[in-house]
Amino acid sequence: MENSFNKIITIERAMENFQDGMTIIFGGFGGIGSPPTIIDGILDKEVKELTLIGNDTGFPHIGIGKIVSEGRAAKIIASHIGSNPVAGQLMTEGKLEVEFSPQGILAERIRAGGVGLGAILSDIGMDNEMVADGKQRVIVEGKEYLVETALKGDVSIIYAKKADPYGNLIYDKSARNTNPLVAMAGNITIAEVEEIVPLGSLEPHEITTPGVFVDYIVPSKGVNWTWAWE
Amino acid sequence: MGLGIDVRNRIAKRAAEEIKNGMVVNLGIGIPSLVPNHLPDHVNVMFHAENGITGMGPSPKKGEEDENLCNAGGFPVTVVAGASYCDSAISFGMIRRGRVDMTILGSLEVSKNGDLANWIVPGKKVPGMGGAMELAQKAKKVIVLMNHVDKHGKPKIVKECSLPLTSARCVDLIITEMGVFVVTNDGLHLKEIFPPYSFQEIKTNTGCSFHW
Repeated sequence: MENSFNKIITIERAMENFQDGMTIIFGGFGGIGSPPTIIDGILDKEVKELTLIGNDTGFPHIGIGKIVSEGRAAKIIASHIGSNPVAGQLMTEGKLEVEFSPQGILAERIRAGGVGLGAILSDIGMDNEMVADGKQRVIVEGKEYLVETALKGDVSIIYAKKADPYGNLIYDKSARNTNPLVAMAGNITIAEVEEIVPLGSLEPHEITTPGVFVDYIVPSKGVNWTWAWE
Repeated sequence: MGLGIDVRNRIAKRAAEEIKNGMVVNLGIGIPSLVPNHLPDHVNVMFHAENGITGMGPSPKKGEEDENLCNAGGFPVTVVAGASYCDSAISFGMIRRGRVDMTILGSLEVSKNGDLANWIVPGKKVPGMGGAMELAQKAKKVIVLMNHVDKHGKPKIVKECSLPLTSARCVDLIITEMGVFVVTNDGLHLKEIFPPYSFQEIKTNTGCSFHW
């Protein structure tokens, strides 16, 4: 395969971008649409004290759940950790700091970080202390909102069905979920893809994430976990 | 104590009657997931899943699951003709913008003025709100399907919720195995009583006053 933009790299090269203490934003929802090869690479590299930002903590052995279960994260910003009991246990033991954000607001905060905005204004959960505590309030045209700050990361890790060598991406069905948003929010974005196709073979109108947001492309070794429903 | 499948299906069937042709409907887990089985064929509805599906269909046959096509609970689904996928920001945009006509969900408690408490049991692990706050706050109609009492026999329909609220004053309709309540500005109205229960049994098992 041509590599005319030098974006296609091995998983080993991709791992040079990961260090202790960094912030990683990950795509996926319940593990679906999370990048299995990159997640395994992070586990193998034994980086720790990570801050993770993403929809949920997956299941104990699915998606980002594996990194959480092995105690590699110091903090996670997510909407839900219920499907991963290990995450709840670590939180209770004080070994994992958890910031909860309502699901769609979390998505918009990541999107805001990805499109160069400082924050969004939201009226979700204003009377709920877990959501509203410590957040600035503003009144716009007579209506009160919470200021929900934008989220960015050192590295974004995402999963897509197809990429061309420029990093233009197409996602598969509901595995799209948070990936197009996460793709924009990292200082470096690494896309794990099922298939790399030649430049020009993707129809420009079917591309969901333009390659400008994608720094590196890693071929996927495929999903290596057993799904929760199996 | 859970309800038997017959009772769960009766609740789901009653909820299905609320769905009108052309609606966009989001279903929670538990009894709400049974609702599609009770929809008449002539009702065209787009089921919305907050992970980015509009037009969700039934579960696939065993062996035909697609690992990239799942509902918000992580379980494999199918899609119907006319379905679309979107990212999570757009999916919740539909909810906040008022394009989701109805959400049907379970609850731990509902108060007489429609406060919903369905996300934290104190002393248990905190799972996070997921998309529940946005759905409760912004779906045009919120229907709660639940057991009338909890596993200790205590009423789940109460004067004031003792559990942390998901969202205040958001519930429009409550359907239990005993009957149907409508929530209005002046409180609860019992609209239907399901056999074999009596008015007196409902009164005894409901933690607040209501109109009848």
